[in-house]
Amino acid sequence: MNALRVSGLAVDLGGRRVLTDVGLTVDRGELVGLVGPNGAGKTTLLRSLMGLLKPKAGQVEVDGEPVRRAGTGLGYVPQRHEFAWDFPLSVEGVVMTGRTGRLGLFRRPRAADWRAVVEALDRVRMADLRTRPVGELSGGQRQRVLLARALALQPSALLLDEPFTGLDMPTQELLSDLLLSLARDSNAVLTTTHDLPGALYTCDRLILLNRTVVAAGPPDQLRDEKPWMDTFGVSEGSPLLKILKAV
Amino acid sequence: MSPIDFLRDLVNPDLAFLPKALLVAVMSSIVCGVVGCYVVLRGMAFIGDAVAHAVFPGLAIAFAVSGNLILGGTIAGVATAVLVAVFSQNRRLREDSVIGIFFVAAFALGIVVISRAPGYAGSLQQFLFGSITGIPDEDLYTVAVTGILVLGAVFLLHKEFVAVTLDREMARATGLRVFWLDIVLYVLVTLAVVISVQTIGNILVLALLVTPAATARLLTDRLAVMMLLAPVIGGLCALAGLYVSWSWDFPTGGTIVLVLTAVFLTAWVLAPKHGLLARAPRRRAESIAS
Repeated sequence: MNALRVSGLAVDLGGRRVLTDVGLTVDRGELVGLVGPNGAGKTTLLRSLMGLLKPKAGQVEVDGEPVRRAGTGLGYVPQRHEFAWDFPLSVEGVVMTGRTGRLGLFRRPRAADWRAVVEALDRVRMADLRTRPVGELSGGQRQRVLLARALALQPSALLLDEPFTGLDMPTQELLSDLLLSLARDSNAVLTTTHDLPGALYTCDRLILLNRTVVAAGPPDQLRDEKPWMDTFGVSEGSPLLKILKAV
Repeated sequence: MSPIDFLRDLVNPDLAFLPKALLVAVMSSIVCGVVGCYVVLRGMAFIGDAVAHAVFPGLAIAFAVSGNLILGGTIAGVATAVLVAVFSQNRRLREDSVIGIFFVAAFALGIVVISRAPGYAGSLQQFLFGSITGIPDEDLYTVAVTGILVLGAVFLLHKEFVAVTLDREMARATGLRVFWLDIVLYVLVTLAVVISVQTIGNILVLALLVTPAATARLLTDRLAVMMLLAPVIGGLCALAGLYVSWSWDFPTGGTIVLVLTAVFLTAWVLAPKHGLLARAPRRRAESIAS
């Protein structure tokens, strides 16, 4: 049983078909990279899985059950700049907002909610910065807070949109180690990225997306240049293909 | 005039309007201080200004037909807020342009309406700049009840407002009704404005929403502290402003706003973490380091 299973997904944006017949799976225990050029529909795919866009067709199953309301059972880490970082709130306060929708109107967080928050912060190794105002955090710490906010809902699968963008090298490596250890901890993790060498090196499987899934599989089974050329629209001799050979 | 004299005037039965004005000013400052925290944190000061101006035609119509001012102002403010929300769906126009169009139009409508009402000049002056005389007793109750309703709604919906302000996309993804929460917040801002217009006036009311909350933001990094501090600052400045205006015979609304501004400037210089003086050594250290 897959933690996340998508089949036949089609999405229109502004009257134009952006995604056609997208099918993919993510299992517990694996870190899956979603790669493709700008405009390939990576963010659109994640947003429609979260119910922020309404797909024209397709099925989504989480833990083998068809989802009735999009986003159920999924944790989402949107791009970092969408967030009001100047808001006067502590790290644990921000992580608790991940549970706001589930708590329901007029209900205050209970002990179980705070336990979920502390556990989520533990898993991203931010527990010691629990009471720090979020405005004072570094880029890498901010990314981990957003990750904890998604984990606070104890999701079946985690979806991350460009978590590595804007982070420096050691921070990127720390984050990909963290994603890998979350996956090994029996989470299903799907992340978009532009860092192809990093993705080839770290991810258990890659999904090449351009309007639809061009190819998918473990990095060592994606040695063929053709799907990469199709996905990224590059010609032979492109540096991209040389990187592919080198890894 | 010494504070003792001010106290004596407050209990003087011949000056019965004075304690009423004080109560209304302090109550509306408290409500505006709390609601203003969202206005400041969401960067919606322009919407606050728009709503403040938009209540004017409602007040004018209610005045002309001798209706309930609070009801009239609320209807006009909410109608304008909804119009802005709907027209902003058109991607060609940015929200600030839509706000600019509607709030001036609403204000213009108010001016035309009130010019037809008897006693035009005096009432216009009173609406625009506030007045401490002539507050009827029932207004005290209306302001108190409305204020308690607004604060109650804030208490109940606080975590939703925070989630929407922090990250709209995520709020929507976790199932919050973002559009309706926006409308509710606009209604709360409108109500806070309407109950304040009487004493402080239509043009100056924005200061009650923005200045205490912005001052509180400078003084703390904790939202809970900010939301307690802002109404305290607002209430105390209303008291001080009324005292100063009564002593020197200054216009009340303008004096309250100037007191608020003075407190804001003081905080801007002296605030412990974000103030000018606290930042100066840090900036010097940074420039040496680089």
